[in-house]
Amino acid sequence: MDDILEILEGNARISLEDLHKLTGKSKKDIERAMKNYEKKGVIVKYKTIVNKQKIDSKGVVALIEVKVAPQKDVGFDLVAQRIYRFPEVKNCYLLSGTYDLLLEVCGEDINTVASFVSEKLSPLSSVRGTATHFMLKKYKEDGVILVKAEKNQRLPITY
Amino acid sequence: MISKRVKKIPPSGIREFFDLVLGMPEVISLGVGEPDFITPWRIRERAITALEEGLTSYTSNQGLFLLRKGITNFLEKKYSLNYNPEEETLITVGVSEGMDLALRTILDPGDKVIVITPYYVAYPALVQICCGKVLYLPTRQEEGFKINLKSLKNLLSQNPKAIILNYPSNPTGVTYSRGELSQIWNILSKKDIIVISDETYDELSYGQAHVPFSSLSKKAREKTILLNGFSKGYAMTGFRVGFACANKEIISAMTKIHSYSMLCGPIVSQVAAIEALGARKEVNQMQREYNKRRGFIVKELNRLGLSTVNPQGAFYCFSSLKKYKINALDFAKKLLVQEKVAVVPGTAFGAEFDSYIRISYANSLENLREATVRIERFLSKL
Repeated sequence: MDDILEILEGNARISLEDLHKLTGKSKKDIERAMKNYEKKGVIVKYKTIVNKQKIDSKGVVALIEVKVAPQKDVGFDLVAQRIYRFPEVKNCYLLSGTYDLLLEVCGEDINTVASFVSEKLSPLSSVRGTATHFMLKKYKEDGVILVKAEKNQRLPITY
Repeated sequence: MISKRVKKIPPSGIREFFDLVLGMPEVISLGVGEPDFITPWRIRERAITALEEGLTSYTSNQGLFLLRKGITNFLEKKYSLNYNPEEETLITVGVSEGMDLALRTILDPGDKVIVITPYYVAYPALVQICCGKVLYLPTRQEEGFKINLKSLKNLLSQNPKAIILNYPSNPTGVTYSRGELSQIWNILSKKDIIVISDETYDELSYGQAHVPFSSLSKKAREKTILLNGFSKGYAMTGFRVGFACANKEIISAMTKIHSYSMLCGPIVSQVAAIEALGARKEVNQMQREYNKRRGFIVKELNRLGLSTVNPQGAFYCFSSLKKYKINALDFAKKLLVQEKVAVVPGTAFGAEFDSYIRISYANSLENLREATVRIERFLSKL
């Protein structure tokens, strides 16, 4: 992976100046490369990972396994589209295995998610069945460990 | 009570400064001589499993054969270096023990050893413990902290028994190309001298491939004691695993001392080191990360007027304070007290380097950035 992408993946807020110092590339080249990546959809979004467990957040998250009936010519894409367009759906993946779609759904509380499943998701004609798992604790997200991080125990000064 | 030999070793002049740093909380330390990465998980996991498997015994004095074989295979694959794992390889407790064993193996009282300055702190002391005499070979910033061949030739007229090489170097980060090493070997080969080559930072070479001294020629291999280990490249400092490769006669003698003084390296660490040899992805990732930080810190230090030779290896910058006309220890103390940034005064690596500081970039980019902001503020008040 390109240096620029690797650095941005770790810290999207890094300044152009620091990117220049780190990569040795000119600021113009970096800006051009970033714009190009954005245009091509390689860089999709600059996002902040918030550990909601640390703030007073009352929301709940559920992972929902969905069994669906694929449709002629378009396979799972059309039904996936119907589902991922619901604003409650944060992530939507097509998987191999015993079920087809895996959704990450956010809601204010358990009842909101339950209503989403019973009133919006399950009534869809292509949906054959669902299994909802409420998330209890997040340990790691997007490669970042959210619980107490490991700390290097090294002495502050050595030869 | 204490032997005259040990009494003669001068105490470190900067011990007091080290104590000052150790007693100060919340410091951004650029004074650490070890990786900021924790040992990659697959290596730690292997150590845990080793304990679960009940691997808690001694190993053979020379170390686990599987580890020795893994090391020699690795050296062959990476550097086309051939060492026999049975007779020419010894597992040591870090490179530090390897250096101690090498010196104790070859030195008789009064024997001379060339130490290049600035040097890693242990070298002169270890020579003196063996009742040897240190011949210092100074390097200068103007020459990129590289060995001056003429000065080397001059020192050889004193018939030293050995020379200690260390590249990539702690504290300068300087390393040598094959051509430069060949020039050094051309001079050394005219004398009967043993080369102790501490190549512990070989995995952390940037822009140019590391060349082991013993890979220069058959004769160079015969005369070289190659020392290396897992501490720096694999972020395994606390595991204490090093190794020595040399001809059969030398390894056999080193093993003799090791078998009486150390018996063997810890088995859990040795098992973890076998796993480490397969952790190329993790090692390369750390190397790339250091390289990024190197680009950042070198530019920043030079911009701040702390002239720095571009380090081609390790994770250190040896920066000059000449522009600011301040002594290294004063600089380090004031920087610590005023801005809570720790660096190591150059005098730790040779008395003449009192206008240099060693800066370690084994630290997060955020800390390096914050440290340079604080150093800039500090310099503006000088």
